[in-house]
Amino acid sequence: MDRRFFLRGLAGAACSVTAAPLLTSVTFAQGAGLGENRLVVVILRGGMDGLDVVRPLDLPDFARWRPSLSEGSLPLVGPFALHPGLSGLSGLWRAGELGFVHATSTPYRDKRSHFDGQILLEAGTGMDVEAGASRDGWLNRMLQAVPGLRADTAYAIGREALPLLAGQGPSRSWTPEVKLTLSAQSQLLLDHIYHEDALFRDSGAEAMALSEALSLAQMDAPEAPAQDQAAMPGEDRPHPDIDRLVDFAALRLRAETRIAAFSLNGWDTHRGQRAALNRPLSRLQRVVLRLRAQAGAEVWGRTVLIAMTEFGRTVRENGSGGTDHGTGGAMLLAGGALRGGQVLGAWPGLAEADLYAGRDLMPTSDVRAWAAWAMRGLYGLDRAVLEGAVFPGLDMGARPALIL
Amino acid sequence: MIDRPSLAAIRFGFGLPLPEGAPVEPAMMLAALAGPDLAAFDFPASGLADVLPVLQAAQAGRMAMRAAPEDRAAYAAAAREAAKIADIATRSQFARALDSPDGFRERLVRFWADHFTTKPRNRPETTLPGALIEDAIRPHVAGRFGDMLEAAVLHPAMLAYLDQVASVGPGSRFGKRRGRGLNENLAREVLELHTLGVGAGYGQSDVREMAELLTGLDATAAEGALFRRERAEPGPETVLGKTYSGEGMAPIRAALQDLAQRPETALHLARKLAVHFVADDPDPDLVGAIAAAYRQSGGGLLAAYEALLAHPAAWVQTLGKARQPLDFTLAALRALGWRGRDVMAFGARPLRRFILRPMAVMGQEWGRPNGPDGWPESVESWITPQGLGARIAWAMEVPDRLVKTLPDPEDFARTALGPAADARLLWAVARAETRREGVGLVLASPAFNRR
Repeated sequence: MDRRFFLRGLAGAACSVTAAPLLTSVTFAQGAGLGENRLVVVILRGGMDGLDVVRPLDLPDFARWRPSLSEGSLPLVGPFALHPGLSGLSGLWRAGELGFVHATSTPYRDKRSHFDGQILLEAGTGMDVEAGASRDGWLNRMLQAVPGLRADTAYAIGREALPLLAGQGPSRSWTPEVKLTLSAQSQLLLDHIYHEDALFRDSGAEAMALSEALSLAQMDAPEAPAQDQAAMPGEDRPHPDIDRLVDFAALRLRAETRIAAFSLNGWDTHRGQRAALNRPLSRLQRVVLRLRAQAGAEVWGRTVLIAMTEFGRTVRENGSGGTDHGTGGAMLLAGGALRGGQVLGAWPGLAEADLYAGRDLMPTSDVRAWAAWAMRGLYGLDRAVLEGAVFPGLDMGARPALIL
Repeated sequence: MIDRPSLAAIRFGFGLPLPEGAPVEPAMMLAALAGPDLAAFDFPASGLADVLPVLQAAQAGRMAMRAAPEDRAAYAAAAREAAKIADIATRSQFARALDSPDGFRERLVRFWADHFTTKPRNRPETTLPGALIEDAIRPHVAGRFGDMLEAAVLHPAMLAYLDQVASVGPGSRFGKRRGRGLNENLAREVLELHTLGVGAGYGQSDVREMAELLTGLDATAAEGALFRRERAEPGPETVLGKTYSGEGMAPIRAALQDLAQRPETALHLARKLAVHFVADDPDPDLVGAIAAAYRQSGGGLLAAYEALLAHPAAWVQTLGKARQPLDFTLAALRALGWRGRDVMAFGARPLRRFILRPMAVMGQEWGRPNGPDGWPESVESWITPQGLGARIAWAMEVPDRLVKTLPDPEDFARTALGPAADARLLWAVARAETRREGVGLVLASPAFNRR
């Protein structure tokens, strides 16, 4: 046990009571919806290397496993240090608006497929459910559990369909890039043509309603310029596609929307990770900083952003300065409603015997538990609902100090 | 009731109107497929032999820049040359689909190009994904899967994209001297995506042994793919219980051929074919028939296609699939009377503005699927509010910019949809206020967006 220690978190928080009470004023039965708190979920596709983003730098084993992946780290807390590519967030860390969970994973094990891993991450199911068998995503099932919601309570944003929010619960799916202007007659005629095809009828009605209400951006908008020029890691720089998406999210969150979700690609760093991780980190950092700026202090103060990935990566650097598919990884949390400044989760250690299957960071918690506690903290949802309907079969464990 | 020739065009080609001389019965479709690749002859594109000199020039340009950072001219020239090759590759793929009577071949090429997805890592390498299609997919599209697998996995485009060029046997001379080791990326995807499928019974040790087996493979701008003995992990490797020993490419090729013969691979490929062409949730009997034909022919693709086309489930009337944005755009262009030469002559800016960028907003950025698993299949992943919204916007705004005179909407409905034009659609089209909107309604209709 000497190299193992517990940080404040799932295991350690059982006895610590948060100072602020949970927001229990919301009464769902009366159809009051989700109240004022906002949840933003970001799916990081490709397997973010948690050990590189939040580096257990002061542990003796770390330098042995990661000889080339430790430069430029910024101290966080305990043995942990931040990747320089997120150094633009250090102000948020100091302000308690940024936190991490370490050594966490979905229940997905052993096959290490991105695609099955992502299916499970968004379905929110355990290994007992076959990948693809679940028809809806966990964030949608949360909405199903709350009566009286309107469709624009929740938005999946971006060009691609997002299985996380797919399902019977009321939600919208849109990208601000689509601009659709139809004459009244064309709208009527399209309604007529779509009438007998449910999928086209629903998607088409949604598209027409949304583009009318939200014609913000245009198809002719300039494309993001090539990002060839070098930038300092951690520098806050615009990413036009991210900015468009986040600005749209912020606009909605300032209005009726309480839930927003989207995905970021580019985390599959099999080689040359020292350079390759900078771009996805710069984009993730931009999401956080831009959202904070565009949401405004009041909305940001009631927001929690959770960024989660399908799996972590191998503890040992591979033969080409990268890392291969692993198991335990990290989550990034941000927002004014977050109890930040912590690296949560029980730390499993990095000695050979501590690793999962002799190669991966051992997961000590389930990413779903953290998401469940965040939703419980933000919306006061019953534990039984979270462990039954939203994340079937999940044991949330003890309450962590997650939400202010 | 959609007649079989129209159904063949919609389900196995790029839609109506049928190009002149198009085969529409299975036997004729298969005979055309077994014959010469005429579309590649009509609209040629670059294979590796044309691409390597450009990659060499880019490498020399990079060296020059390293020596003197202001010396960018050589690299810039190579990058421009690469962009030209990639541009022709894009246009040729559109032009072949528009003009070829052998539409099934073009659809199959897209299917296998997606199965063996690669993406460029830098500007000069934008030439490589197209080269893989010319070198590895087209020559084997009606041949044996094992040969296509070898050609695709050992192609520099794949070796670079899935990091095989960075993988070194840790026990090899080079690995020991430089402290380098394995990179599992290609090995894992060969088993998971290219052959057995994720549900098959392989484990982490198979992935690792496969990765060790693949060590030694490398690719350079001077030589293309090659084998470097000093990087290969010494000793035999065991994948799925079979041991491969020996030197050079031979054991790697043998392992790929063995993987192609596995029953799990037959089932995985059969299911993918049925899902892509027929239904998101295909008839198990159809999948079984394709897999059986594949196995019995020792991995023959023509036999697999024959089983697909011979099965009644492949000819159901229900159009259960969504046209992907590329298929949607091609079918629209074809219905508007565009020919291959129109795509070849189209300006670079309008090509981006009216074709490629709208496709991206519809959810399919040309050549840029998220990962090595390629594009999604399900109708729900394409007909989203934003995806359908982008299609409606394109249907209403763009055709007007592509042709001098828009056709009469009711005629256009019959041209573009044939017997699939239903009464509801024809009723609405007749009531559009303008030709532009009438044509838009046809292109935005479920009948046109399904296949």
